[in-house]
Amino acid sequence: MRWRTAALRALAPITAVVFALLVASVALVLVDRSPITAFVEMAKFAATLKSFISIMNRAYPLYISAIAVAIGFKMGLFNIGVEGQYLFASLLAAWVAASIALPAPLHVLVVLLVAVVVGSAWSGIAGVLKVTRGVHEVISTIMLNFIAFGLVSWLLANFLRQENEPGDLIIKTAEIPASGRFPSLNPLLAAIGLEPPRGSVWQGFLVVAILLGIGYYFLVWRTRFGYELRASGINPGAARAAGVDPDAMVIKTMLLSGAFAGLVAIGPLLGFFNRYTLDFPRQLGFIGIGIALLGRNHPLGMFLGAVLWGFMDRSAQILDLNDIPREIVQIMQGVIVLAVVIAYEVVTRFVEREQVKAAAAATATEATEAEVGEVSA
Amino acid sequence: MRRFTKLFALVSVLALVAAACGGGGGGETTTTAGEAPAPETTAAAPETTTTTAAPETAPPEEAVKVGMVFDIGGRGDQSFNDAAAAGLDRAVADFGVEPIELEPSAGGENREELLRLLSEQGVPLIFAVGFLFTDSVAAAAADFPDTKYGLIDSVVDSPNVASLVFAEEQGSFLVGAAAALKSQTGKVGFIGGVEIDLIKKFQAGFEAGVKAVNPDAEIIVQYVSQPPDFSGFNDPARGREIGTAMYEQGADVVYHAAGGTGGGLFEAAKEYSEANNTKVWAIGVDSDQYNQVDDALKPYILTSMLKRVDVAVYNTIEAFVNGEFSGGVVVFDLSVDGVGFSTSGGFVDDIADQLNDFKAKIISGEIVVPTAPEA
Repeated sequence: MRWRTAALRALAPITAVVFALLVASVALVLVDRSPITAFVEMAKFAATLKSFISIMNRAYPLYISAIAVAIGFKMGLFNIGVEGQYLFASLLAAWVAASIALPAPLHVLVVLLVAVVVGSAWSGIAGVLKVTRGVHEVISTIMLNFIAFGLVSWLLANFLRQENEPGDLIIKTAEIPASGRFPSLNPLLAAIGLEPPRGSVWQGFLVVAILLGIGYYFLVWRTRFGYELRASGINPGAARAAGVDPDAMVIKTMLLSGAFAGLVAIGPLLGFFNRYTLDFPRQLGFIGIGIALLGRNHPLGMFLGAVLWGFMDRSAQILDLNDIPREIVQIMQGVIVLAVVIAYEVVTRFVEREQVKAAAAATATEATEAEVGEVSA
Repeated sequence: MRRFTKLFALVSVLALVAAACGGGGGGETTTTAGEAPAPETTAAAPETTTTTAAPETAPPEEAVKVGMVFDIGGRGDQSFNDAAAAGLDRAVADFGVEPIELEPSAGGENREELLRLLSEQGVPLIFAVGFLFTDSVAAAAADFPDTKYGLIDSVVDSPNVASLVFAEEQGSFLVGAAAALKSQTGKVGFIGGVEIDLIKKFQAGFEAGVKAVNPDAEIIVQYVSQPPDFSGFNDPARGREIGTAMYEQGADVVYHAAGGTGGGLFEAAKEYSEANNTKVWAIGVDSDQYNQVDDALKPYILTSMLKRVDVAVYNTIEAFVNGEFSGGVVVFDLSVDGVGFSTSGGFVDDIADQLNDFKAKIISGEIVVPTAPEA
C-alpha cells in the first residue's frame, strides 16, 4: 500500500513532463519544425561539460528558492514574497560585501548573515501582519514584493550605487573584493582531470544549496519544530489542541522561509556577478513556487525539479541556433507546472479514497472482532 | 462514472491549456519569424566617422555568419531592437550574410552566456544590442580576441569591439525645437522609459531644443520606471496614462524616449484630441514611428527622433565583409545623419528651414547640446 502510493505520487510529475513534451511536439509540428530534431539538439547540447556547469549554476538558486516556498507550504502558508525577499536581501548583501574588509571566510559569513537577516525580516513583516491584523499572507507578500522592487530601485539608484566612470551607463554597486567572494568548484574539475571550459565558472554555492536541502529535511521531518510545522499545516485545529501556538508558528515559519529566501541569489552574487547590477537574476522567487509544486516540497523532488528547469533553460539556447523557436521551452515549463498540479490532485484524491476504503474495512473488522469478544465473554 | 467524469474534466482542462499555450507559442513564433518593418530605403546610408575609401572586394563565397543578441523584447518590439534587426536584414539582402539571432532570458542574466555561445560556434561578428551588454561584451571579447563584436549604445575599450554610440541629445534637440515651434500652449512633455543616464541624454537635448526656441516654455518630465526595473520601455498602458495626464495639464506636444511604451502615448494623443475637439501631438523615437503605427494614429505623430541603429549595424557589417572592420568608438551624430528627425506626414514641413538651421549650427559647433539635464 505504502509503496503503491509512493509509486503513484512519483508517476504524477513524470506524467506531467511527458504531457509537456507532447504539447511542445504539437506546437512544433504546427510551426513546421521537427520535434525530434528539437529534443535531440537539446539533449546533445546539454550533454557537454559547459552545459552541465550552466545547468547546475542555474538550478541551485532555484532549489533554494523552492525550499523557501516549501517551508511555507508545509504549514499551509503561501509565501509568494520570495521574489522580493531575495532581491532586497541580495542588494543589501552586495552593498555590505563591497563596503567591509574582513578576512575571507569571515567576510563571506557576514554577507550570508546579512542576507538571512534581511530576507527573514522582510518575510517576517507578512507574518506579523497575519498574526496581529489577520492580513492573509498571499496578499501581504505580493504587496511586499512591490514595495521591495521599489525599494531596491530607489536604494540602488540613489544611495548604494558606485560612482561610475563617465560613459558607463550601468547602475551597479561597487565590486565585491576577493575576500568576499565564494570559491568556485572549478578546481574540483581540474582535480578529476577535466579542463574547465573557457569562461565557465562552476559556482561553489551549489554545495551550500545541497546542505540547505539536507538541513531543510532534518528540520521539517526530524525535529519537534518540524513536527509542529507539519501538524499545523495538515490540521491547524488539531495542532492547536495539542498545544501548538498557531501565532508563534506563523511568525517562525515566515522568518524561516524568508531566511532561506535571502540566500537564493547569494551564490551568483558572490560567485559570478560580484556586485548587484542591472542584470542581476530576477524571477527566481516565482519560478521557485513552480519547482516547489513540481517537487512536492520534498528535498529530493525539488532538487530534480530545479535541475530540470536548469536543463530546459540552458538547452533552450541551442534552439535559436537551429532555427527552432526557443519559446517552445517556455511552453513546456508552463505546461509542466499546470499539469503536475492537476496530476497530483488526481493522485491525492485517488489515494484518499483508497485510504477511506481501507479504514472502513479495518473498522469493520475491528467491530466484528469486538462483537465476537463480547459474545465469548 | 464519477471517475470517468473527472478524467474527462482533466483531459479537457489540459486540452484547453495546450490550446492556449500552443496558440500563444504559434503567435510568438510568427512574430519572431516575421519580417521586421521594411528598412527605410529612401535615406541613403550615411558614412560613419571611420570612413574608408578602400576598393570593393568581391563577396566571399561562403556565407559569413553574423550573430545578433537582442535586448529583452527582441525582434518585433517596434523600437530599438527592430532598428537593429532592420540593419541586419538589409545586410542579409545586400551581402548575403547568414544571420543568427538570440535573445536573453527575462532577467537578462544570461547575456554573457549567449555571447560566448555564439563565439564558440565560430560566429565571426556578433552584435550586442544595448548598453546592458557592456560588461558581458567586455568579458567575452577578452576571451575571444579573434571574434569581432559590435556593441550598440555603449563603449568597451578593446581592439575587437566596435562601440557604436549615438548623439541622441542632438536629435532630441531638433525635435525639442519642433515641439516648441508647434506648441500653442507653451507647455510640452517628455516621457522617459527608464530613468538612466542614456535616456537623460534624450531629455537634456529635448529641453535644450525647446528652450532654444521658447525660453519661457514649460516642460513636464516624467519617467515610467526606475532601474533596475526596465518595464518602462515596454508598458503601453502606462504610456497612455502618463500621456493623457500631460495633455490634461496643458501640454500639447509630448516626446517619448520609452520604446514600446510610446504606443500608449500615440493612443492618448488621438483620444485626447478627439474627446476635446482639439489637436495635440506626439513625437516618436528611434525609428520613423509614423510608418509603424496604424493609419488612425498617423495624424498625431508630428515627427520622430531618428536614431539610426540600423545604419550602425549595416555599416559595421559592410566594413566587416570588406575586411575593414576596426575596433574603437564610432559616434553617430548629426554630421553623419546618425541621428535626425523624420518628415513623414509633412507636419514639420513648415518649420523645416528653422530645424535645418539648428542642425547646421549644431554640426558647426555653434550650438553645443548638453548630454545631462539641468539639475
